[in-house]
Amino acid sequence: MPDEPVGAGLRAVVAEDQALLRVGLTRILEASGMVVVAAVDNAPSLTRALASPDVDVAVVDVRMPPSHTTEGLVAAVAARRARPGFPVLVLSQYVEPLYARELLASGEGAVGYLLKDRVADVDGFVAAVRQVASGGTVLDPEVVAGLVSGAGREQPLERLTPREREVLTLMAEGRSNAAIAARLFVSEKAVGKHTNAIFTKLDLPPAPDDNRRVLAVLAWLDGQG
Amino acid sequence: MTDWSAMLLRRIGSLRPTPVDGDALVDRLRLTVVSAAYALLGAPALALGILTLLCIPLGLVAAGFVLALGVVPATAALTAVHRRVSGALLGEQVTASYADTTGTNVVTRPVRWLTDKARWRDVGFLWFSATGGFVMSVLPVGLLTAPITHLGGAVFDGGFWWWMLVLLDGPLLLVWWLVTPGLVRGRAVAERNILGHSRVQRLERRVAEVAASRTETLDHSAAEVRRIERDLHDGAQARIAAVGMNVGLAEKLLESDPAAAAELLREARETTVSALEDLRSVVRGIHPPALADRGLAGGIEALALPIPLPVTVAVDLPRGIPEPVESAAYFAVAECLANTVKHSGASRAWVVGSYDDGVLHLEVGDDGRGGADAHVDDQRGGLAGIARRLAAFDGTMEVASPPGGPTIVTLEVPCRTSQ
Repeated sequence: MPDEPVGAGLRAVVAEDQALLRVGLTRILEASGMVVVAAVDNAPSLTRALASPDVDVAVVDVRMPPSHTTEGLVAAVAARRARPGFPVLVLSQYVEPLYARELLASGEGAVGYLLKDRVADVDGFVAAVRQVASGGTVLDPEVVAGLVSGAGREQPLERLTPREREVLTLMAEGRSNAAIAARLFVSEKAVGKHTNAIFTKLDLPPAPDDNRRVLAVLAWLDGQG
Repeated sequence: MTDWSAMLLRRIGSLRPTPVDGDALVDRLRLTVVSAAYALLGAPALALGILTLLCIPLGLVAAGFVLALGVVPATAALTAVHRRVSGALLGEQVTASYADTTGTNVVTRPVRWLTDKARWRDVGFLWFSATGGFVMSVLPVGLLTAPITHLGGAVFDGGFWWWMLVLLDGPLLLVWWLVTPGLVRGRAVAERNILGHSRVQRLERRVAEVAASRTETLDHSAAEVRRIERDLHDGAQARIAAVGMNVGLAEKLLESDPAAAAELLREARETTVSALEDLRSVVRGIHPPALADRGLAGGIEALALPIPLPVTVAVDLPRGIPEPVESAAYFAVAECLANTVKHSGASRAWVVGSYDDGVLHLEVGDDGRGGADAHVDDQRGGLAGIARRLAAFDGTMEVASPPGGPTIVTLEVPCRTSQ
């Protein structure tokens, strides 16, 4: 998916109160062929910018003025309530599984939650923006790791082989079978076998597409954590 | 009268039998006089004690109320005298703490008295004064007056038995010498314990103070932690994230647009420098390096250096002042100097510091326009914050800042050095 030309011409809103980072994000998105229609530094401006119908995706910092707590997150969740399925990628300097859960609960798919560190991997970040814009779910490996280690205390995960656990983690991050295969240097078919084994061992209902699969896995991890 | 009472009501001297000299004799004689007074006051105490007992059955008819209106204030007056005498003998203040009776009438006031523990302690005292207390006080008087009586009898009457009694007088006087200070002190302590609620009150007040300063300290440290988190989040962390973005983008543009990539890398390098500056200032805000290396005196000298007006530093302190106190004092001085720069318009400032008798004294002054107020938090910076911080160590801050100046902030923190 990352290399599909879906993202070209995407219209994005950037919300980040720190000028350095706002400029950096804007540059990166524009260098990747997207159009930054608005770059704002506070929650009220973000809400106004998101009201415009011709925005395809928003990249939002969690903490912004006026109260410097979670206005970015709140504005993103509100925007998704007003426009179900509106793609939002939330950036933060900390990952907080609680916030991830609130985002995931705000509707199916088209959400992302990444550490700001990940932006330095420009291609990976741009791919994440595109994946969210096209309805996918992207979670920071740190969030997934937190959920997996939290769930690790329980019995069922121990039934998985180490390889299957790796695959589970990558699935939870929102990766497709093809991406997982590329990451682990195995064939897509092998990944398919692992995912089937995971679903069977964890008693998960079969999920046809990648996004539903992420949510199923996350819901399971969340329930265990 | 005042001279007499001042002479009689001094603190009790030594309880030891030696030295045997004029001063010790005078002290014992005066304590015997005091004992006589204590013993005489046993009579009104007994009368009031009996009347108080009568009040209870008579309370069923109106007479008890009428009687109480006379007896209870009389008891209070009597115990007030005892509080004063015993307090003076012990060298401390013995204070009463009766329940408040304002807004009561002749019927409700006795009812309020009935529920007041302090009044019941007064009643208990009446009986102590009439019984055990009376014995304690009569003894020194008896031990001293018996020999005089015997001698008088022997001289004027001249009987054999009188002379036999005179032989006993040596031991009697010895006992008098030995027991008088102890008995008087024992009675005074008993009176303090029955009548004085000052110790409990003092402890209660102290507990309230400690609880308040602890809450403030917790608030203060929570605010500090939040400030540090905010400083890191907005400063170093954000800058390092920005460096990551710039370098990432530069990497991508390296081949297609080398000039832009070089520009991004240059920006990234500059941002690294400011990230380090941010980290340094956060560290300075937590534990300043000069304070860590040189102690409070060195820390204050380092503080004064970057101040844009002449600051005279005369700080002479021993090493070994507890670190938390040093740190609190350092930030207090820093805040005072910052206020001087921001608000005073002064042409010079000074910091004087010393340590004696277990108290750290610091004085920060300037010749500016004055008008600083410790209670206005926003105007004169964090003076109130300093006071809160010092209160955690039982320290105090006083601000003298008349309009027109000078402003002198005096900080005092009791502390023990580790040497």
